[in-house]
Amino acid sequence: MLLITCPYCGVAAEETELHGGGEAHLKRFGPGSNDDDFTSYLFHRENPKGVHFERWRHVNGCGKWFHAARCTNTLEVFGSYSAQTTEPPKDLLDTIRAKRPGFTWRDLA
Amino acid sequence: MSTRVQTQGRLINRDRPVSFKFNGGLMKGYQGDTLASALLANDQMLIGRSFKYHRPRGVVASGSEEPNAIVGLGTGNRFEPNQRATTTEIFHGLTATSQNHWPSLNYDVGIVNNLLSRFLSAGFYYKMFIHPRPFWKHVYEPFIRHSAGLGKAPDAESRDEDRYEHFYAFTDVLVIGGGVAGLQSALTAARSGAKVLLLEQTAHLGGRAPVDGGTIDGMEPEAWVEKARAELAALPNAQIRTRTMGAGVYDHGYVLGYERLTDHAPEVAGPRHRLWRIRTAQIITATGAIERPLSFAGNDIPGVMLASAVRDYLVNYGVSPGDRTVVVTNNDDAYRTAIALVQAGLKVPAILDARPQGRGALMSEAKSLGIRVETGAAAVKVKGAKRVHSVCRGVQAGEGEVLEEIFCDAVAMSGGWSPVVHLWSHCGGKLTWDTEQAAFRPDPDRAPTSHDGNPFVIASGAADGAFHLNKVLQNAAVAGQTAAHRVGVETGGIVVPNGTAPDEAALAPVWMMPQGAKKKLRMKAWLDYQNDVKVSDVQLAAQEGFESVEHTKRYTTLGMATDQGKLSNINGLATLANALGEDIPRVGTTTFRPPYTPISMGAIAGEARAEIFQPIRKTPMYDWHDAHGAHWEPVGHWRRPYAFLRSGESVHDAVNREVQATRKSLGLLDASTLGKIIVKGPDAGRFLDMLYTNMMSTLKPGKCRYGLMCSENGFLSDDGVVARIDEDTFLCHTTTGGADRIHAHMEEWLQTEWWDWNVWTVNATEQFAQVAVVGPNARKLLEKLGGMDVSKEALGFMEWKDGTLGGFPVRAYRISFSGELSYEIAVPANLGRAFWDKLLEAGKEWDITPYGTEALHIMRAEKGFIMIGDETDGTVIPQDLGLDWAISKKKEDYIGKRAQARAHMTDPKRWKLVGLETLDGSVLQDGAYAIAEGANENGQTNTQGRVTSTYHSPTLNKGIAMGLMLNGPDRMGEVISFTNGDNPAAKARIVNPVFFDPEGDKQNV
Amino acid sequence: MSDVALALGGASFEGLVKIEELAGQGMVTLRGDLTDKAIAAGVLDVFGVTLPSTRETVFAANTGALWMSPDEALLLCAYNEAQAKADELATKLANVHALVVNVSDARAVFQLKGSMLREVIAKLAPVDMSPDAFSPGMVRRTRMAQVAAAFWMDDASTARVVCFRSVGEYVFNLLSNAADANASVRHYST
Repeated sequence: MLLITCPYCGVAAEETELHGGGEAHLKRFGPGSNDDDFTSYLFHRENPKGVHFERWRHVNGCGKWFHAARCTNTLEVFGSYSAQTTEPPKDLLDTIRAKRPGFTWRDLA
Repeated sequence: MSTRVQTQGRLINRDRPVSFKFNGGLMKGYQGDTLASALLANDQMLIGRSFKYHRPRGVVASGSEEPNAIVGLGTGNRFEPNQRATTTEIFHGLTATSQNHWPSLNYDVGIVNNLLSRFLSAGFYYKMFIHPRPFWKHVYEPFIRHSAGLGKAPDAESRDEDRYEHFYAFTDVLVIGGGVAGLQSALTAARSGAKVLLLEQTAHLGGRAPVDGGTIDGMEPEAWVEKARAELAALPNAQIRTRTMGAGVYDHGYVLGYERLTDHAPEVAGPRHRLWRIRTAQIITATGAIERPLSFAGNDIPGVMLASAVRDYLVNYGVSPGDRTVVVTNNDDAYRTAIALVQAGLKVPAILDARPQGRGALMSEAKSLGIRVETGAAAVKVKGAKRVHSVCRGVQAGEGEVLEEIFCDAVAMSGGWSPVVHLWSHCGGKLTWDTEQAAFRPDPDRAPTSHDGNPFVIASGAADGAFHLNKVLQNAAVAGQTAAHRVGVETGGIVVPNGTAPDEAALAPVWMMPQGAKKKLRMKAWLDYQNDVKVSDVQLAAQEGFESVEHTKRYTTLGMATDQGKLSNINGLATLANALGEDIPRVGTTTFRPPYTPISMGAIAGEARAEIFQPIRKTPMYDWHDAHGAHWEPVGHWRRPYAFLRSGESVHDAVNREVQATRKSLGLLDASTLGKIIVKGPDAGRFLDMLYTNMMSTLKPGKCRYGLMCSENGFLSDDGVVARIDEDTFLCHTTTGGADRIHAHMEEWLQTEWWDWNVWTVNATEQFAQVAVVGPNARKLLEKLGGMDVSKEALGFMEWKDGTLGGFPVRAYRISFSGELSYEIAVPANLGRAFWDKLLEAGKEWDITPYGTEALHIMRAEKGFIMIGDETDGTVIPQDLGLDWAISKKKEDYIGKRAQARAHMTDPKRWKLVGLETLDGSVLQDGAYAIAEGANENGQTNTQGRVTSTYHSPTLNKGIAMGLMLNGPDRMGEVISFTNGDNPAAKARIVNPVFFDPEGDKQNV
Repeated sequence: MSDVALALGGASFEGLVKIEELAGQGMVTLRGDLTDKAIAAGVLDVFGVTLPSTRETVFAANTGALWMSPDEALLLCAYNEAQAKADELATKLANVHALVVNVSDARAVFQLKGSMLREVIAKLAPVDMSPDAFSPGMVRRTRMAQVAAAFWMDDASTARVVCFRSVGEYVFNLLSNAADANASVRHYST
């Protein structure tokens, strides 16, 4: 059972305190967007074996949404960070690059 | 015969006799006995019948690996099937029954399967029962279900009388196993200051060491174990839990421990089992090793036991399985059994050692005791029926020629030892093949990794493949040191006790005995006792192309019984490897899955039973409802009254009465469950404009507006009335089931998309009790209570106002879900019951009638109001429901707007909401389909719509319904056929969904 | 007000610990930036306490503040003062982006008294209740069995548990069941 540290309250929360929210850093497309962009926003998701960026909510806790970088294969959690950003922080990316040389995720590498 | 001897028995208390029942017969044992040792002491060698062939079976092992001695324990509400006699501690009054036989253990007609065994080989069921197809369901399956099945399920009417609970524990180092390795690991880690929790599945610490002998720091192992226990007990950072099994290792250091508190003492009050939900930084698996059987013909006859088990019964319980025990082995360890037996005054006619020669100290000791040792020897077969009669000796290198028949009443066999790698493997730890010891052991370079990417499981002692006592202690100390180091405490120099034990000569791998055994012998050589899988079955599987060990497992059922193949897996895969001409490590093992041994369903459920099985949400008026005939309906976790039944009244009658009383005079509804979310901030209006399809930012303070919420997919997800409290503040009502979901939905968008908007939300649902006062006399009632002006002029339709009523602080909303003159009054929840009582008292003169959810539903359907969950199912958009009036055309954006512009969403062929009226006044079936011409490519009748809500309307005295229909709004007056179960199609006319008071005259007064 | 009815009407149970439904517990939810000086000043003014740091509590004579999240605090006072205090704080914060709501009726509050309270809580919540991990001065929002709950310790042998009113009976039964006199675990050394 996963253990992820909530960056807002600092609790190393077990999975039963958390709610998974799927892929992180989606860019919303609204009215006026073309069908491809909108379909991609609504339905297309990364499905990596390896490094993944996800949204979680500390629902049985401080209630905050946050982001986590996690390996879907080994379940290693590289770090968690604010929900209020459009991309992972640089130091976290550096950590991941060191641990998983050559990783790619969307346009990140 | 098996019997109690006068010496030994370190775990039993001969001063405390215990009587118990087996198959109705009274037997005597001692405190400290397991059921297995006590049965053997009573010469009960035959304990059960095997699963498939119904062969007689007795005790094989002495621990949790036991496949045969499986019994039903207890009676009535405490009956439990498939319990291992070897891990059941006896108590006064214990009742055990044997399994898998009819009519009795001694005379079982199922034994006929044994005679047919050559026809019942691997895959028999798959091959035999496939033709003719219909026979499976009607003939084969019922027959197989009757004759198969391990043990008997408890009576469906029985109820578990025991209590169970969970416990969340956190530690630095969790040591699983309380043998000398576990104790040494725990000591090393705990001395350094790490927090240590040690679990031991049995009642005793020390594991095998006290039975196997040797010395630790010059002490008898038993004395050292007690010293270690005392030291750990004195450390504030260490704790030992006996009778607690490490059941499973899961991701990120999560471990389940299974504590059996009263299984051995049912008279003790308190929980029977406790499930430990442990989070630990490091796990040390000091789980020991399990001895392997040898595959020779007749190795399942009662009296054939593991050599270590024979020794355990003698030393621990003072029980001898036989007077004359032949030892069959491929290693030195089994010699300890022979020596122990002879030293106890029992006979060992011969040791049959498969190795060509042996030079170990133990062999010398055995010989010096006068025991006959035959090297290069094999047990060709064991003879006997319900117990061992003799062993036929041959040569291991041969095909099974019998050189000698040795008469005996027990056989102690040893095929070597397999480290217990289950817990190491549960979370992905990999294994390596140790050729020298012919066993898989943990590969320390491929340990399971935790959330930080670092290894979190360490094997210790025999579980790591260290078998000599001194190696065990050294290995265990290093494991403890490694764990301490990994949790960030330094051990400095560690003290490792000195273990002494005879050096052992190498074993010789023996997977078949004799190695060239002919088919007739192989067909009687058992691998998996519990599922009746033989050497010949695995060989057949290989021959038929099942090359993967996982496929072979499923085809033959090897290792799939309740013991999960603890004795059989290694022998089985070695047999498969040989049959395939492959190396054992290339064939590999099947997957080890938790739990290590079965754990009770009660422990898994924990406290969740009876009134706390799940949370039941109750409104402040719940007790009144319950006392006044509430027919309860679950709505999410809430319980809401469906109707209030008066004495002698049917539910249908009560519903009709409630609707009519409300429409005619005055009804009262507990609406406390409706969600109430406060949304505040300078951007609150803008935010609600994004959440709702309609415009909320233009709502004036003091006013209410009905709104729709969609998901980003465009589908309708919730609805409710929004009240603007002040310039910055709104109160959003949600559906009963929607409060938590919609609040979470709001927080998600605020926290993850529009985090720069200044909006706060609070879910205030439970702060208020809310009562709908409904009907032509509603205003009169409120005016009677007095305190605020509720006139049409002061509080118009879709307005709200704060004030007092009858002395209660209230917020009154003039909204209606029934089409009647209606007020929803919110009061602080703690005043809810008093306010409800006050309304009932004051409303008597108008025959005030509390109504339930069904009357609510009927009245809203009569008005054509949609209900989330009836008219919507996650595929319906507001446009389908004719709610275009509630969708702002002015707004550039709202959640779901873009999706509603997708081609499929704007398709004119989408089914649209209509009203339906049956021609004969009957009620359409819920979910009935509107039948269209023709059939689809699967031959199913085409459909053109479906019923979403359907009721008998007491107001109109006929069946009314709402439904989604192809081109519905354009087909007013058309008569359509609807599916009607097995009856002829029902006819209904398409009408306007507003059945009652279409002009709204009744509510606008 | 005599008409005030608690979720369970003041139920109690005695086992490993004594459990009592607390009457008279006022609770006010504050949403706002807890680092905002104006908000802190308002809270100090009306409730007489400073705002707590992450996962901490601050108590004065009969008021207190519990950290709920970076932008939420639960302010404690006497039940019959809660509405007035909420209104007063809201007024003081009129020019600040904040939301103040009296939630005294929305919750059930239980007091646990006794040296075994750590065990009782640890049977229900996935929280390390050992003394070196959780102590007076801390608050924890989590779940208890199947529902959301929060708890804190007033002293070594007193804890308070808060849950939603509608599940008050469920939580009381959970706590009572966990506090069964025959179900001690004896896990904690103190």
